[in-house]
Amino acid sequence: MKNNKLFKYLSTTPVIIYSISLILIPLLYILFLSFLTNDAYGGVEYKFTLSNYLTVFDYTYLKILFKSSLIALITTLICIIISYPFSIFLMDKSEKTRNFLIKMVMIPFLTNSLIRTYGWIVILRKNGVINTFLTSTNIIKNPLSLMYNSFGIIIGMVYTLLPFMILPIYSSVSKIDRSLIEAAKDLGASKWQVFKNIYLPLTISGLFNGSLMVFIPAIGYFFISDILGGGKIMIIGNLIKNQFLTARNWPLGSALSIFLIIITFILIRIYKKIGGNMDDLGGM
Amino acid sequence: MNENVLVSLKNITKKYGDKTIINNISLDIYEGEFLTLLGPSGCGKTTILRTISGLEELTKGEIYIDGVNVTNVDPTLREVNTIFQSFALFPHMTVWDNINFGLKMKKIAKEEATKRIKDAIKLVKLEGFEDRYPPQLSGGQQQRVAIARGIVMKHKVLLLDESLCSLDLKLKREMQIELKKLQKQLGMTFIYVTHDQDEALTMSDRIAIINKGKIEQLDTPKNIYRYPKTAFIADFIGESNIFNIEIKETTDKYALAKINEDNSLKILNNNYKVGDKLKILLRPETFELKKEYVRNSIKGIVKNYVYDGQITKLEVEVNKGLVLKVNINDADICSKDDTVYLRVPEEKVVIIGEQNEE
Amino acid sequence: MKKNKLRRNIFIISVFVFLYLPIFILVIYSFNASKMNIVFTHFTFKWYKELLSNTTLIEAFRNTIIIAVTSTVISTILGTISAVGLNKYDFKGKNFINSLIYIPIVIPEIVLGISLLSVYTLFHLELGITSIIIAHITFSIPYVITSVRSTLNALSKDIEEASYDLGANKWNTFRYVTLPLIMPGVISGATLAFTLSMDDVVISYFTAGPGSNTLPLNIYSMIKTGITPDVNALSTLMLLVVVIVLTSSAVIQSRRIQKRELLR
Repeated sequence: MKNNKLFKYLSTTPVIIYSISLILIPLLYILFLSFLTNDAYGGVEYKFTLSNYLTVFDYTYLKILFKSSLIALITTLICIIISYPFSIFLMDKSEKTRNFLIKMVMIPFLTNSLIRTYGWIVILRKNGVINTFLTSTNIIKNPLSLMYNSFGIIIGMVYTLLPFMILPIYSSVSKIDRSLIEAAKDLGASKWQVFKNIYLPLTISGLFNGSLMVFIPAIGYFFISDILGGGKIMIIGNLIKNQFLTARNWPLGSALSIFLIIITFILIRIYKKIGGNMDDLGGM
Repeated sequence: MNENVLVSLKNITKKYGDKTIINNISLDIYEGEFLTLLGPSGCGKTTILRTISGLEELTKGEIYIDGVNVTNVDPTLREVNTIFQSFALFPHMTVWDNINFGLKMKKIAKEEATKRIKDAIKLVKLEGFEDRYPPQLSGGQQQRVAIARGIVMKHKVLLLDESLCSLDLKLKREMQIELKKLQKQLGMTFIYVTHDQDEALTMSDRIAIINKGKIEQLDTPKNIYRYPKTAFIADFIGESNIFNIEIKETTDKYALAKINEDNSLKILNNNYKVGDKLKILLRPETFELKKEYVRNSIKGIVKNYVYDGQITKLEVEVNKGLVLKVNINDADICSKDDTVYLRVPEEKVVIIGEQNEE
Repeated sequence: MKKNKLRRNIFIISVFVFLYLPIFILVIYSFNASKMNIVFTHFTFKWYKELLSNTTLIEAFRNTIIIAVTSTVISTILGTISAVGLNKYDFKGKNFINSLIYIPIVIPEIVLGISLLSVYTLFHLELGITSIIIAHITFSIPYVITSVRSTLNALSKDIEEASYDLGANKWNTFRYVTLPLIMPGVISGATLAFTLSMDDVVISYFTAGPGSNTLPLNIYSMIKTGITPDVNALSTLMLLVVVIVLTSSAVIQSRRIQKRELLR
């Protein structure tokens, strides 16, 4: 075919240029930066060093890394605990209702996440909706501390990331043949046994897909810990942000980013190992 | 059918990596002919069709259509059209737009196009369905749209890839007859690919039997059925009994072929020598069944007996390892475990080669 | 059994309450006369009027829309072309390019943000609307590609071959056959790109310059200094924009499906 070549170039060149210049080069540049030395004025000196990586394993940083991972982990677990019953209970409904409800799950998440987080301030703060309600009905005397702590951050994270767990879990639950579950119940399996022996093994790649799409952003969403944590609690995202914008130590910020990339790649490896499809990730 | 060669394949070869799909095939197809490429799945017949349409490039060889070397011509520019196995109708276009598509691409004037589409729709009996979308049509109707979309181009050659195989049996029979009629009416050359021997036998002017990327036999349906060149063809086309014999005596006209210790057959001599070991073919309907011994017959015991309304199918055991399939018209002549004699007219015995041949 | 069903429905409803509560509260308060956001005193359009005179917020809103529209158009076109190219052709390093494409979907947004910021600085690209648009295109293209690719994979090869066979060249085949058939994937890819752009905080935060005031950044700084109720009004308006975009995309899709499956 004569114009085959022309079409091939037209349709493949843009994606090659795009992925190399906007994905590969920026990431390689970060890798490069992470081995450079920071100078006193917020610039970089072209001197090779491993000290940035050593700093990452410093006690103060390790504590933040640990706490941040813990928050992300709890967020992921809560999302899983909500998503499974939600998806399974949804299967009682007709297909039309189900499709409608799943769309309804997505709609709030297509508005700006900052605005939604701000909505939580209105609800959670000292003179917010919940505390006003509880004190005015005399259930409690003193307002509860619902934000500016880990609790607030976790609420914000769960809220922002929940659909990324619900969608893949729902999609794999809906693919399970209903007769399997009926057969298991018929054979005397308890609810927990049905879940453990049928739902869980058959939805494992959806579960991992969701966990990936919740856990990874949850270590990076600095604005949630900024707003609902009141700047008292740092997650890795805050750490990186500060190195780039306030402390102006780009090499250290880069090293922290490389650390995040490595964690991400390890998780992706596992996801692929258990048979996950890359095209399913982040699909809405 | 006349003697003008319309499509000519000259030593064509197609390889995928080191797998040879088409192995040096040459074939001339005449104007107005209905030629069928028949073979088991994976034999390369569809690939041959795709090289003619240009959707597959050749590894070696040349293809001529209407005297023009089209080997390196784009499918877009080749004056042939294909009816795909899946029909490949455009689901987002109406029946009318589907049929119009090729005309639009060729920039045929609107008046002429409208006339042609109307004719084509009439020919395939789809009047009243012009504004429907393909998913709203039955399998048979979709098939008709696909045919109309091909013939509206008025090219001399139409390629059909297993076009009837997705239809149910009854519809298939009807379409076979219609397709054949249509082809004669239009005077077009149809090159038809199928794995269904019935279809090939009913519709074709000539059949090319394809096996392992080669043409095993090219002949009229009648000749292919009666005188298959190889055991593969005999087995592929129709029911057959194929077994080994040894020539025991010869005269000018006849030879005596030994089947086993008890049975021999008289066959026509064709320069056989005593001691020749040959493979013979006997079609199930060639036997005359007798209750008592007659000359030139095979003795056996009826092992199975199935009556299917028109004919009776028997399995007659001649000896261990040789069971003959026998079809007879008379249902009441024998029953299970009877000893019978199967008379074989000598002119109906077909020799299909020597035993060591594959 | 009935009690069981009731419990299940209550669970589903409470999840939806959780999901819609903050949005609901914002919308309510945007009509609340009291400035303190606590007790609903009476209904008013005051904040909407005030919003109209708040030039910084209006400008931020305008910039956000400009960025979302521009990046959606560019990433939809490039993403669709790329999906077709990657689906049809083989070339050296294709697997590598394919795995690069997944990176913006899976890595933390903050990493993409700071790496783009770093190269912008390296090449002395001035931070502003353009740099944000480039960043949004960067994270949107992969979503468009995966969305279009899933419809392309469902497309039978025969359909395009039939088009060539009927005399259509590559371009006409794409225009009349392939593109209309993959349109559902293109539309959902574009919807995704638009909403992702409207939603983004992290990447805009790093790639915006001092002069480029976008809504998320504006609100972000307001949250720290104190939010005025006209932000509630603006949030309600943004919600409206997204709902309109989503509904119209859903309507377009369902019309297409209806047209095709009319009487099935």
